[in-house]
Amino acid sequence: MTKKIKNLNLNFGPQHPAAHGVLRLILELDGEVVEKADPHIGLLHRGTEKLIENKTYMQAVPYFDRLDYVAPMNQEHAFALAIEKILDIDVPIRAQYIRVMFCEIGRILSHILNVTTQALDVGALTPSLWGFEERETLMTFYERASGSRLHANYFRAGGVHQDLPAGLEKDIAKFCETFPKIINDLENLLTDNRIFKQRNVDIGVVTKDDALDYSFSGVMIRGSGIPWDLRKSQPYDCYDQLDFKIPVGKNGDCYDRYLCRIEEMKESVSIIKQCLARMEKGPIKTFDGKISPPSKAEIKQSMEALIHHFKLFTEGYRVPKDEIYTAVEAPKGEFGVYLISDGSSKPYKCKIRAPGFSHLQSMDYLIKGHMLADVPAVLGSLDIVFGEVDR
Amino acid sequence: MNNLIDIEKKINSELTTKINKTSIKHNQIYVEIDKDDLIDVVLFIKTNKDTKFRQLIDITVVDYPEETQRFKIVYLFLSHEFNHRMILSYSINENELISSLTSVFPSANWMEREVFDMYGVNFKNHPDLRRILTDYGFEGHPLRKDFPLTGHSEVRYSEEKKKVINEPVKLEQNYRNFDYESPWEGTKYIKEISETNDKKN
Repeated sequence: MTKKIKNLNLNFGPQHPAAHGVLRLILELDGEVVEKADPHIGLLHRGTEKLIENKTYMQAVPYFDRLDYVAPMNQEHAFALAIEKILDIDVPIRAQYIRVMFCEIGRILSHILNVTTQALDVGALTPSLWGFEERETLMTFYERASGSRLHANYFRAGGVHQDLPAGLEKDIAKFCETFPKIINDLENLLTDNRIFKQRNVDIGVVTKDDALDYSFSGVMIRGSGIPWDLRKSQPYDCYDQLDFKIPVGKNGDCYDRYLCRIEEMKESVSIIKQCLARMEKGPIKTFDGKISPPSKAEIKQSMEALIHHFKLFTEGYRVPKDEIYTAVEAPKGEFGVYLISDGSSKPYKCKIRAPGFSHLQSMDYLIKGHMLADVPAVLGSLDIVFGEVDR
Repeated sequence: MNNLIDIEKKINSELTTKINKTSIKHNQIYVEIDKDDLIDVVLFIKTNKDTKFRQLIDITVVDYPEETQRFKIVYLFLSHEFNHRMILSYSINENELISSLTSVFPSANWMEREVFDMYGVNFKNHPDLRRILTDYGFEGHPLRKDFPLTGHSEVRYSEEKKKVINEPVKLEQNYRNFDYESPWEGTKYIKEISETNDKKN
């Protein structure tokens, strides 16, 4: 007599602590081996692109904070750069250093979250407790500069919203001295940890060719041994003046990606230090009165400034007809903005290219043939944040 | 071959009839083709040793409702080898079927699903063309310009029926959209325009 064996279908999420948000993953299991994974996304879809089409360029910036909410300013950066390129305006050097510095703070924020929660997913609790304390410090830096811990709304086309408050530079410098020790502590807990290695080494291996075919970017492509980083290859703002290295993995597994992230955090600290050392007093946004709003003091004195202020905050600035794609190296990979302007003060079209979208797409390819328990490990090392995947 | 102008020449000379227009702007190469040549052109730029656009970055659509060729389909490519970006595009009518890139780039799968979901553009030979970002059972294509920002239906939990229900959007106040181009005439709302057209007919 033959017995019919049916594969088991398992719903992973949308409410699961290891799903890193609202991911519904439908797994087809043969025993404990995953045969097929079908991610259902869109549970956090807010129609960002549609909303941006109906807002002026300045009003659109906060939507970028809400994409990858772990590293908000990196996203704003891509949008600001796209507008700057179309308008063809220069950004003062101090603003460039401030922006790069906060992008690197964002990178550290994101990598701490990812490394420690991945450790949490495979059974290590302590790293997240230590890591989150540092994230809190970094978020107070965000708050002091922009007024908000997460949704910063700080970058503008042509610079940043306001100058850094007194004492912030000193405190960031102090953080740069203490933080490498925390990275060491995390490494002591994880890098040579037997359980952590058992759970991550040779899991979710990505070959070089597949990394290209599946549109991977960021750590996902560097972990597989392709030295590609937009900060080096297509430098924006002042990255070409800074000295930093690009860590590259060898085996393309979850463990290599973890190592890449740890090394990147160390590089970020060094970039922040360089920015602080080179930063001098000066303007923080472009002087063009048609693009950046006048100061409060000016409004009280000058009619012209008052008119500019009124026009900028009602109509907004107009952007000439153009089509452009700009990308930045966000912590999770290549974050791009494909912007079409039509000469009015609102974008005609703004497509957001989120790295997590293509990474999550490859879930089926990555997890096929692995055990069920590897799903959280692979998902953790993909570094998925649903704000950007669902948009 | 590491310069954009060389690549532009190369593409124009090798694919002469298939290319409608090329230009270089913002350090990117913009190429316009015909709908039917998509697979050929993409295979060429992916495999040719002088172009090597090995990665598909994104696929998207731009909606121009007033034009006959309503949708402009846009493909973004990246060449790691030569460090260049290419923007490939072509226009289609509203109900035209276009070929899927999934056989050339596996990552096109979700990107095309998103295009289908957001704009209602249909692909042939796509392995799994389902909606991706919108809710199960959603109707309409949200990123089309004639889809209202507020949507058509809203979701709430009904205490009487003891379940989540969909009902038409009820707005306390009209969504206000100020037209700064000509503040005197007021905004032309797409919905109202289409309603007056209906009355005329």
